[in-house]
Amino acid sequence: MNKTENNKAWFLVLPVFVLVAFSAVIPLMTVVNYSVQDIFDQNNAYFVGAEWFREVLRDPRLHDSLLRQFIYSFAVLAIEIPLGIGVALMMPTKGRMASLCLILLAIPLLIPWNVVGTIWQIFGRGDIGLFGAALNGLGIDYNYASNPADAWATVLLIDVWHWTSLVALLCYSGLRAIPEAFYQAAEIDRASKWAVFRYIQLPRLKSVLVIGVLLRFMDSFMIYTEPFVLTGGGPGNSTTFLSQTLTKMAVGQFDLGPAAAFSLVYFLIVLLVSWLFFTTITHMDKAK
Amino acid sequence: MAEIHLKSLAHSYFPNPATSADYAIREMDHVWHQGGAYALLGPSGCGKSTLLNIISGLLQPSEGEVLFDKVRVNEMPPKERNIAQVFQFPVVYDSMTVYDNLAFPLRNAKVPEARVRAKVNEVAEILELHEVLHNKARNLSADEKQKVSMGRGLVRDDVSAILFDEPLTVIDPHLKWKLRRKLKQIHEQFNITMIYVTHDQLEASTFADKIAVMYGGQIVQFGTPRELFESPNHTFVGFFIGSPGMNLIEVRRSEGGVSFDDIQIPLSDELNAYLADIPSYNLKIGIRPEFVHVWDKPVDDAYATELISHEDLGTHKILTLRLGNQSIKARLDEDRELPEGKVYISFPQQWVKLYVDEFLIEERS
Ligand SMILES: Nc1ncnc2c1ncn2[C@@H]1O[C@H](COP(=O)(O)OP(=O)(O)O)[C@@H](O)[C@H]1O
Ligand SMILES: [Mg+2]
Repeated sequence: MNKTENNKAWFLVLPVFVLVAFSAVIPLMTVVNYSVQDIFDQNNAYFVGAEWFREVLRDPRLHDSLLRQFIYSFAVLAIEIPLGIGVALMMPTKGRMASLCLILLAIPLLIPWNVVGTIWQIFGRGDIGLFGAALNGLGIDYNYASNPADAWATVLLIDVWHWTSLVALLCYSGLRAIPEAFYQAAEIDRASKWAVFRYIQLPRLKSVLVIGVLLRFMDSFMIYTEPFVLTGGGPGNSTTFLSQTLTKMAVGQFDLGPAAAFSLVYFLIVLLVSWLFFTTITHMDKAK
Repeated sequence: MAEIHLKSLAHSYFPNPATSADYAIREMDHVWHQGGAYALLGPSGCGKSTLLNIISGLLQPSEGEVLFDKVRVNEMPPKERNIAQVFQFPVVYDSMTVYDNLAFPLRNAKVPEARVRAKVNEVAEILELHEVLHNKARNLSADEKQKVSMGRGLVRDDVSAILFDEPLTVIDPHLKWKLRRKLKQIHEQFNITMIYVTHDQLEASTFADKIAVMYGGQIVQFGTPRELFESPNHTFVGFFIGSPGMNLIEVRRSEGGVSFDDIQIPLSDELNAYLADIPSYNLKIGIRPEFVHVWDKPVDDAYATELISHEDLGTHKILTLRLGNQSIKARLDEDRELPEGKVYISFPQQWVKLYVDEFLIEERS
C-alpha cells in the first residue's frame, strides 16, 4: 500500500472534532464529573467514587420505573412494527392515492411531542373530549386521570398514533425497492400471499426494520413529554417512566450527583440494548 | 400439457395505441403444439419477453386471445395456467438456501417433502448445483444464480410448458452447451412443451426442432433450421440467420428478370409473370453466400467481380466481392485456392430468392 503521510490532513478533521466535543463529549464528561463528586458549592466538592451509583442502583423508585419503561418500550415495538408493516403493505403503489397516503402518514410525524400530548389530553377527556366522551357514551368506563390502565393505554395509543407512520414510511420505501421481477417469479412459482411476504418482502425489509426498531426503541425508552402533559406521570406513579424519574431527581430535588450517575446508567442501558439487538441481527445475516 | 394457441393476439403497453409502432406485439396467430421444443429467435426489443409473459399470464394481452387446449385463459393467473418460466435476469430468493429455492415451487403446491427432496436432488445433479445446495443463495456467483433460477423451472415436471427467456446468458460456453443438451434430454424424457428465447441462432438451432423468428413484434417465420436457411420468407430472416447473412440486393424490373447497376439477373418464368402483375417498386433479390458459385476460370453467364477482402475461418473462407456497386459475400470451401485477379461467380437460379416489400415470393415448382 502506498500511503502518503501528510499530518496537515488532521486539520481537516478538526471542525468535526470540535463540533462533536461541544455537542457530545464535553456534556457527557460534565455528567461523569458530577456523578463521582458530592458538590455543595463551587469550592466544596468531594470525590465520592461509586457512591452515587450504588445509591441509584438500589433505589426502588428506579427499579419500578425501569421495569415500567421496558414494558412500555416493548409494547410500543410490538404494536408499531407489525402495524407499520401492515400499513405499508396495504398502501397503493402508484398514482394519486399513493401520494395522498404518503402525505396523510407524514402529518403525525410533523407534530411536536407536547402538542400531541395536549391534543390527546383534551381528546381523551370524558366531558369535552371526543374520544373520551365517545367511549363513555358506549358504556365503557374510561378515565385516564384516575384509572392507571386507562392512562397506560392512552400513553401507548399516543405513541402508536404519533410514530407508526415512521415505521410504515420506512417499510414503504423498503417495499418499493423490491424489483418487480421477484413478484413475477413468485407468481410463476405459485407462491401464496403469505409466502411472498415471508420469503420476498420480509427479508428485504430487514434493513429498514432494523432502523425502525432501533429508532422506536431509543425514542420510546426516553419518552417524557406525553405522559407528563397527559397526567404528569400519574395516576400515582403508573405512567412515570425513567426520564421523568430522572427529571424529578435532577430538577425537582436538585440531587445532581445521583441524577448524573443515573443518567449514565440510563445511557448505558440504551446503548447496551441497541448494541445487543444490532449485533444479533447482523450475526444472523452472516450465518450461512 | 397443452397446446398453446395465440389467436389474433396483439399487445401494446400504451392504453390507447394509435399507430402500429405503439404495439410491442403486432397482431399474430400462432400455435405451439404440445410437446414441441421451440426456439423464439429475434433481436433485442422485438417483443420476445413480452410474448412469453403473455403466454405465462404475467401480462394480459390488450387484444386477442390465448387458448390452452382451446380454452381461453386470458384472465387466468400464472398459478392456474401451471406454466414454468425462467427469466432473463436471474431471480433467486436470497434469504433462502439453494435447496429451498429449488424446493419453493414444489412446496407452494404442497408436494410431499419426500418427493420434493427427490426432485430437488435430481435437478441439482443436472445443473451441477449439489455442492452449493445448502449455501445461502445470496452468496452465489452470477452463473450459479442463473442455474438456480433455471432449476426452479425444471423441478416441476407436471407443467403445461416451460418458457426460457435467454436463460444462459452469463453461463460460460462449455457449460452452456452441456445445459442445452440436458434441456433437450429433459424435453425428450417428459415430453414438455418448451419455448426457448434467444438472440443467438446457434443456440436456437441446437435446442429446437422448430424456430420462430420474431421481428418488430411479429413472428415472421416459423420453421425448421433448414427451412429458415434455405428459404427465408422475409429479408430479415435471411439477414439474421446464417453467418454471414444472406446477400440482399435492391433491384429494378428489367427484361426477363431484374437488374442492378447494369447487371442482369434472369428469373424463372413464374417469377417474371408474377412481377409483371404487381405495382410494388420495393424489390430485392437474396442469395446465401453458401450458394454463390465461385468459378476457377471465366465461364459464360458468370459475373466478373473484384475481390475486396477475405476471411479465413478454418473450415472455409468468406470472400467479400464487388459486383457493380454492391458488395457480395461468397463462401469458398477450405480445399479451394483463393482466386487471383478477377473472381467469377454465378447465382444458381434455384437459390435466387425474390422479395417484394421484404416478403418472399414463393415459387410453386
Ligand atoms: N413494461 C414495459 N412498458 C413499456 N414498454 C415496454 C415494457 N416492456 C417492454 N416494452 C417495450 O416493448 C418492446 C418489446 O420488449 P421485450 O418484449 O422486452 O423485447 P425482447 O425481450 O425481445 O428484447 C420494446 O420496444 C420495449 O421497449
Ligand atoms: Mg427480453
